[in-house]
Amino acid sequence: MNFPFAPEQASNFAVEYDTLFYIITAFTVLTTLFVFLLCLGLIIKYKRGSGKPEDRSNPMHHNTIIELSSSGGFLVIGLGIFFWGAKMYLEMRQPPENAMEINVIGKRWMWHAQHDNGVRENNELHVPVGTPVKLTMISQDVIHSFYIPQFRVQYMVVPGRYTQMWFTPTKPGKYNLFCAMHCGTQHSEMGGYVYALEPSEFAKWKESGGDRFRPKPEMPAAAGKQLYEDFMCGSCHTEQDNKRAPSLYGLFGRQRQFTDGSSMVADRDYIRQSLLAPEGKITKGYESMMQPYSFTEEQILELIEYIKTLGTPAAPAAPVTAAQNAGEQR
Amino acid sequence: MTTQVATEEKNYLQEGHTLASWLLTKDHKRIAVLYLISVSFFFLVGSIAAMMVRLELTSPRGVLMSNETYNKAFTAHGAVMIFFFLLVAIPAVFGNFLIPIMIGARDLAFPRLNLLSWYFYMAGGTMFLIAMMSGGVDAGWTFYTPLSSIYSNGQITLALVAAFVSGFSSIFTGVNFIATIHKMRAPGMTWWRLPLYVWSHYAASLIIILGTPVVAITLLLVVFERVAKIGIFSPELGGDPVLFQHMFWFYSHPAVYIMVLPGMAVISEVMACFSRNKVFGYKFVALSSLGIAALGFIVWGHHMFVSSQSMYQGIVFSFTSFLVAVPSAIKVFNWSLTMYKGSVWLASPMIYALGFIGLFTVGGLTGLYLASTGTDVHVTATYFVVAHFHYVMVGGTLLAFLAALHFWWPKMFGVLYPEAIAKWNALLVFIGFNLTFLPQFVVGYLGMPRRYHYYYFAPEFQVYHVMSTLGASALAISLITPAFYLTYSLFKGPKAPPNPWAAKGLEWEACASPPIKHNFHGVPVVVGDVYDYDAEAEERALRGLPPKETH
Repeated sequence: MNFPFAPEQASNFAVEYDTLFYIITAFTVLTTLFVFLLCLGLIIKYKRGSGKPEDRSNPMHHNTIIELSSSGGFLVIGLGIFFWGAKMYLEMRQPPENAMEINVIGKRWMWHAQHDNGVRENNELHVPVGTPVKLTMISQDVIHSFYIPQFRVQYMVVPGRYTQMWFTPTKPGKYNLFCAMHCGTQHSEMGGYVYALEPSEFAKWKESGGDRFRPKPEMPAAAGKQLYEDFMCGSCHTEQDNKRAPSLYGLFGRQRQFTDGSSMVADRDYIRQSLLAPEGKITKGYESMMQPYSFTEEQILELIEYIKTLGTPAAPAAPVTAAQNAGEQR
Repeated sequence: MTTQVATEEKNYLQEGHTLASWLLTKDHKRIAVLYLISVSFFFLVGSIAAMMVRLELTSPRGVLMSNETYNKAFTAHGAVMIFFFLLVAIPAVFGNFLIPIMIGARDLAFPRLNLLSWYFYMAGGTMFLIAMMSGGVDAGWTFYTPLSSIYSNGQITLALVAAFVSGFSSIFTGVNFIATIHKMRAPGMTWWRLPLYVWSHYAASLIIILGTPVVAITLLLVVFERVAKIGIFSPELGGDPVLFQHMFWFYSHPAVYIMVLPGMAVISEVMACFSRNKVFGYKFVALSSLGIAALGFIVWGHHMFVSSQSMYQGIVFSFTSFLVAVPSAIKVFNWSLTMYKGSVWLASPMIYALGFIGLFTVGGLTGLYLASTGTDVHVTATYFVVAHFHYVMVGGTLLAFLAALHFWWPKMFGVLYPEAIAKWNALLVFIGFNLTFLPQFVVGYLGMPRRYHYYYFAPEFQVYHVMSTLGASALAISLITPAFYLTYSLFKGPKAPPNPWAAKGLEWEACASPPIKHNFHGVPVVVGDVYDYDAEAEERALRGLPPKETH
């Protein structure tokens, strides 16, 4: 019988994670052993009827030095673990600028991933070894959690807002993908595998449109453009700001002022909210005129991709092409 | 201390034999017995659900159940064990029975409220059983939104109301304890003469009355969202799903201390009695209970390191979690050092207490992995966490409950149980427990998520699940055995003397076994120090030596 003891180390975080994990384990084992031996020794020496009665004279009922030094020592070791853990956590929470972006949608009970060239996959995720990968995730229903044990990464996938996580695969192979947050009946079956491929193989896989599921014919941004036209967004949101609505050109990543005096950077969450509940944040100088739309999470991500491709009003962008989309992804 | 004990007087068990004399009693001791019967029943229900879960996990594709049934089984296990056993067991049974006696009072401050709390508990428990039998609940005991508020079917509304109602039972008990400890201490029973048992229950009661209303309101908000579609937690209705987690854990992390502080209370008494020594660092232990109660309220975010709260918030919660670890760690050392220069008597309550120290040490130390933000990420929703909190809550609260049961059984019922069986059984509990939960640390580190019915994606986990289920079988046997020999002792056990352990404290020295209706004849006056043991003198007496001369 096989007794696996540790998951494979397959991402940039795994080695450092395991180092700290084993240090805490050593501390745990040693302290437990110390308490065990301390109790055992005291029981043997002071067991009822053993030794001499005089051994029990002048019992010690407190000792401030022992109490303070042991709490102090414990606190110092604890803080050491705290700082190291926090350093790792800060790295895990801040994706590098040049990370390859993949969108992930969680729904009961499957994972859906969208690559930037329109390749889609269900319950699988293909990633290249050696490249930082950033996942932008949202749930269509309840809270899920995207968990790859061999990468030592996990983050919740929440409805109503985007969350992100990142990792750099370091070793080609097939790894587990789990949903780690109870999401109802088939929670334990909401999983699959992550395939870390050599960069050349990954490029081949991506070009061939994925090997298991037929991709949608167009890229996310082009699909978003189609939606933009179908829903006639352009009848109000023209290239230039007009009376009815502000322009969406050059919107993504810019600071927006609102009628209530607040302001925020127009990111994914802002655009998503403005589609689903536009009355919440009204751009300064405008009135609340837009009706809420009920797009799927997939459609919202496509619209966001399209809005990202819109240039500034002064220099309108050319129609979206495959080449441009590939170029935008550094 | 006064030691006038009349043996031929009616004890509290003999004051009325009708059902009404039990169901309408205002005697704290009888209410404690009512609670003992009820929590044992709910413990049995929760254990059956646990065995179903363990059995199902022996195979990667399950054995008997559908997904739906499995989810209902683990929800029933978690919810019943937490809401109707762990949170209630020690305070409502032993706290109720012993706090008035330990401080020299005739009863709790509000006897009617005390009886009402039992009825609220029973009403909540009955509602939960009805919910389980009329469709079941599959959202997990944590009731995370929007799963619980929008998506999950079944009797969630009823289950939430059940938890809400039983929460009031806790609040009543907490209020009662605080008032009693403040106002009803006997003459001479100063704060620094209070047994640590009372200190710990006092701290737990503070948490109960500060935390329980928050979770009660939170559960009610989920009911509003579920029934009336008022958007609070569901983004589809304009709410925030993570808000629920903040409000839920604001109570439910301190709730861990509601469960474990009364356990620590028991361990302090047992360690002192069976080491024949004052608890090492008495004041430090007393104050650390209050420290735990206070710090316990500012660590809730460590349940949410991967749930989209701000990363800086996560780091602050991590820091406070390391602070709360310190008073708990020190208590372990203090209990161990209580044996120093003592006279250690390895009776069954002591073996349970030593087991508590061992398991609580492992439970506390494995908390370090989870309090540290970076190391929490990989194991946060896995069997590692499952193992960790079972070490704390079962290794802590359940072992303390068993220690208390064996320590005060002669006092409560006036009979002695077969000590040899009890001793070996205590050892079996310890071994069975470790066999069950040690493998879960490994399988959690390997990546087995909690609440998983199937694990065919990773069949290599099976070996650890099989080990865990074998351990659980041993644990089950060791938990059924006391039910038999304790029940047997009620009918056939030898009569217990007032103080079979020669222990210190009003409940042993000034009170019959079982106690009379009003506990004491007159009002006891406390003159001596708490835990006034003398191990050296006892050892001399044991060897027939004359008492030592005082210089």
